[in-house]
Amino acid sequence: MKQRDHIRIASGQGYWGDLPQAPYWQVTKGPVDFLVMDYLAEVTMSILQKQRSRDPRMGYAKDLIQVIEQILPTVVEKNIKVITNGGGVNPQACRNAIFEVAKRIGLKKLSVGIVYGDDIFDDIGELVSKGNELRNMETGDALHSIRGRLQSANVYFGAFPIAEALRQGADIVLTGRATDTGLTLAPMIYEFGWKEDDYSKLASGIVAGHILECGGQSSGGNFQKNWKSVPDLTNIGFPIAEAHYDGVVYITKHDGTGGLVSVDTIKEQLLYEIGDPSEYITPEVIADFTSIRLEQAGENRVKVSDIKGMPPTEFYKVSMAYSDGYYAIGTLTYGWPEALEKAQAADSIMRQRLKDLGFAYDEFHTEFLGYNSCHGPLSPVPVDPNEILLRVAVRSKNREAVEAFGRQLVPLVLTGPPTVTGFGAGRPKAQDVVAYWPALIKKTAVKPVVEVAEL
Amino acid sequence: MKKIQLLRLAHSRSGDKGDASNIGLIARKPEYYPVLKERVTADAVKRHFAGICIGKVERFDLPNLYALNFLLHEALAGGGTVSLRNDAQGKTMSTALLRMEIDVPDELIVE
Repeated sequence: MKQRDHIRIASGQGYWGDLPQAPYWQVTKGPVDFLVMDYLAEVTMSILQKQRSRDPRMGYAKDLIQVIEQILPTVVEKNIKVITNGGGVNPQACRNAIFEVAKRIGLKKLSVGIVYGDDIFDDIGELVSKGNELRNMETGDALHSIRGRLQSANVYFGAFPIAEALRQGADIVLTGRATDTGLTLAPMIYEFGWKEDDYSKLASGIVAGHILECGGQSSGGNFQKNWKSVPDLTNIGFPIAEAHYDGVVYITKHDGTGGLVSVDTIKEQLLYEIGDPSEYITPEVIADFTSIRLEQAGENRVKVSDIKGMPPTEFYKVSMAYSDGYYAIGTLTYGWPEALEKAQAADSIMRQRLKDLGFAYDEFHTEFLGYNSCHGPLSPVPVDPNEILLRVAVRSKNREAVEAFGRQLVPLVLTGPPTVTGFGAGRPKAQDVVAYWPALIKKTAVKPVVEVAEL
Repeated sequence: MKKIQLLRLAHSRSGDKGDASNIGLIARKPEYYPVLKERVTADAVKRHFAGICIGKVERFDLPNLYALNFLLHEALAGGGTVSLRNDAQGKTMSTALLRMEIDVPDELIVE
């Protein structure tokens, strides 16, 4: 049954917009068995949903197709399987686009699996009528308050449907909204035959997934402890999980690449975007991060072991997006001397002018870059800085008010404090606010669909 | 007792969980961990982030990593896609915490 006692899973993208050359580096600079790429964030799904409504052939991560075109000859030659959630809200169309690429480069054979059923946007009415409340899990608010403004709704499926697609022979697996961690766990389930109640092994795969899901952020990128000590970030090696059948995982990177894999880089990533570390909840398992043992096992090699897992909950998480008014952001740069005072005066003048015109805002937020946009009220006031970037942002349900703000910013150049520049981008434009609505749904209410097709 | 800034005792990373900011605080050396546990309480962090964190602060301990994880509720002005802040996801909240000063025993040697 067991084919190999360990496999090498490479992280290729930590989010849509990540380093474009990373996937190619991962499949060419050393041995790997699987390449996993995360493309989806909460807000991405609503953008993709809009794209699909305009064109039924769209709705997936378009950048993925360029990546596939670049890596396909290599992954076919080396038998590297590719797993990504870049299918977005239209994995079928994504598969078609990949088949087009395969034909264009002269491939005779390619098996592509898709996992869907996560997109419940068109089924909300039926699900609600069957008693799925889909309340906001953070605020407890009822769904009807935003129902008419929904833009997307997706269930987070886990690793098992992906593993099933691999079992059916897929060379590439495209999912809709799958958990980031599930992308990494799936090859372990497939390769080692882990079962649904192998909780501690599943939890090990989840921890490996958490370490890989932000790409270079576990191999020396954004390393706060001692960033100057990280060698050659230009050529950063993205992380690779060497997963063993017994649940022990080694995190490493390709030889000859830049970056750093150490106990400290892994610790920083383990603590990224987590709540209660003793209960890291995924569709497959609840992982206990307080049980993780880390050990430096060589240069750029960290052993991750001893992880405890517990049975999962009876819910999937649902990610929904809804429109919630408009916003605009504008900036002006004020030069020395008295740069901060000038920027503060300009802000006051603009606020008063908008007030005199009768406009009000849900939020009117001003920051002074060079002074307080990172640490807000904790920031010490700088002594006569060389320059200050005035950044003003407004939000309102009233589009007209947001557009009025746009018309009031640039005139400050000739009607406010002196030595101001940086208005080249022109009038700030009103944009849609896309707000996030997290909810839970009974696992029995939805079902992942796995489909594997040949070129 | 002497006052030491957390920057010298710990390193950190922060991210967002909706409108909550999560800050992981990791002892630079295992021997610093007990004083972090004692002094960097949820209450102390709530006071430190006055004017930024509107809701409560929760602390979770990870002794296996010599680390503490803080959840600062209602700290991101509405959360990732709604917040008007330059740092909407609270990526720099990590070092905002490291500005905090705590009392440490005189005999603790801090590099």
